[in-house]
Amino acid sequence: MKEHPKQTGGFWGNLALCAAALAIMGLLIVLPLLVVLKEAFAGGVRLWLASVTDQDALSAIWLTLGVTAVVVPLNTVFGVAAAWAIAKFRFKGRSLLLSLVDLPFAVSPVVAGLIFILLFGRHGWLGTWLSEHHLRVVFALPGIILATLFVTFPFVARELIPLMTEQGSEEEQAALSLGATGWQTFAKVTLPNIKWGLLYGIILCNARAMGEFGAVSVVSGHIRGETSTLPLHVEVLYNEYSFTAAFACASLLSGLAIVTLVLKTIVELKGARDAA
Amino acid sequence: MKLKLKETSALPGFGLSLGYTVFYLSLIVLVPLSALVFRSSELGFSGFFETIRHPRVLASFQVTFLSAFKAALVSVVFGVTVAWFLVRGRFPLKRLVDALVDLPFALPTAVSGIALTALFAPNSTMGGALAGLGVKVAFTPTGITVAMIFIGLPFVIRSVQPALADLNTELEEAALSLGASRFQTLWRVVLPLLAPPILSGFTLAFSRALGEYGSVVFIAGNMPMKTEVASLLIITKLEQFDYAGATAIAVALLSLSLLAILLINLIQTRATRYLGNA
Repeated sequence: MKEHPKQTGGFWGNLALCAAALAIMGLLIVLPLLVVLKEAFAGGVRLWLASVTDQDALSAIWLTLGVTAVVVPLNTVFGVAAAWAIAKFRFKGRSLLLSLVDLPFAVSPVVAGLIFILLFGRHGWLGTWLSEHHLRVVFALPGIILATLFVTFPFVARELIPLMTEQGSEEEQAALSLGATGWQTFAKVTLPNIKWGLLYGIILCNARAMGEFGAVSVVSGHIRGETSTLPLHVEVLYNEYSFTAAFACASLLSGLAIVTLVLKTIVELKGARDAA
Repeated sequence: MKLKLKETSALPGFGLSLGYTVFYLSLIVLVPLSALVFRSSELGFSGFFETIRHPRVLASFQVTFLSAFKAALVSVVFGVTVAWFLVRGRFPLKRLVDALVDLPFALPTAVSGIALTALFAPNSTMGGALAGLGVKVAFTPTGITVAMIFIGLPFVIRSVQPALADLNTELEEAALSLGASRFQTLWRVVLPLLAPPILSGFTLAFSRALGEYGSVVFIAGNMPMKTEVASLLIITKLEQFDYAGATAIAVALLSLSLLAILLINLIQTRATRYLGNA
């Protein structure tokens, strides 16, 4: 055989392909990441440290972590429940439900923020009632959580549904017929089978929850030190021309993105090994 | 007797899991989204078109639509190249490149926004060099397109890559051995087979770009009538307490995205049927 069927062209063909692909990836994907790091450390490590330990930056970090700690578990529980219902059973309206679970991905983040303003804002449906009871949803923590829940809604479910559909339910049926309870079956049979897919979904959900900008931007009101999440804090600093501080905070988020990619790759490899 | 809505299954937990799914879906997604639908129906058709017909709104739709379309086209060309490389190229660090493909998904959009702006601003090395060639990127519609390419590229790569990996090389070998040139093989055999994933990657990139905010808003310059995208205009209207205006633009934007998604599903079903019959 002259050449391996999966390989393209000869030496020159491969070289041209590599050059083109690496140029695209380098210019479009890697360069922006390097720019963030370069700008973040433009004033030296000390200034970077001062920027990320600034009072407002710290409160933004804590807010971001807090919102994520609420959002990710809620959407994970939902993802597992939705996958159990949709993947293990056949029922009327199943494909409709499947499309509705994916719906938030089709909604612009800004529109996702807007709908919560329309519901809970001062001129919104529940606005008068909320202000009479001195409750704040929009421009406060609950609004940020709701908007983040909305945009990260499908991540776990969409990883698990195809996986669990493919796995079928024979193993579960065997466990049940041997006398295991439903919960035992789930914990001892289903969960080990889906663990990598579940982890994968959680990692993606977590990254988006920490990094969400558009939807949170609409509902947060940008109150410094109060309702500014880390991505919003980056925007505020940038618009004040505090570029080094903005990029320093952005470098934290870039670190998060890199950790996400590394974890995701590890989980993919582990999952592929288990499936093999 | 119970209504038979599902096929009998030995597994427990159907009622609980389905009930919780529907409840949580309604609470977080359906009820809030219905607010948008009801609000826009309060506007009525005339109110809706009154808002949409405003020159500034039309201009923002035009900029958003054209930039998203161009960006999705470029993403297809770039994305197919990178996917081809990832599946068939020989390169020692392919695994690393593969992992980096998802960076635009993992990087918060605000970060991509300020990074791209810093990269292409007229006072930066690259922006300066491009300006020397007469190409202005930052604060022009081109900047918007560049940001949308960044966001859209992974969608195309991740749609095309698995299809390309599954592609049966025997077909190509058959074409080559029957005397077709490499180019003919590519054009007549490979591309038609890749058309459905390319089209769905294009549509995903396009639909995402239509609603994109974070990565676009910094590089766009945000000049009304020129470089103001639709999602930014929604925020501007909200800041002016023009809820009706914001709602009308949001409904138009959402309808376009949903139409795009519907189109993908149609393509996918057609493609599956076609390949199933083949």
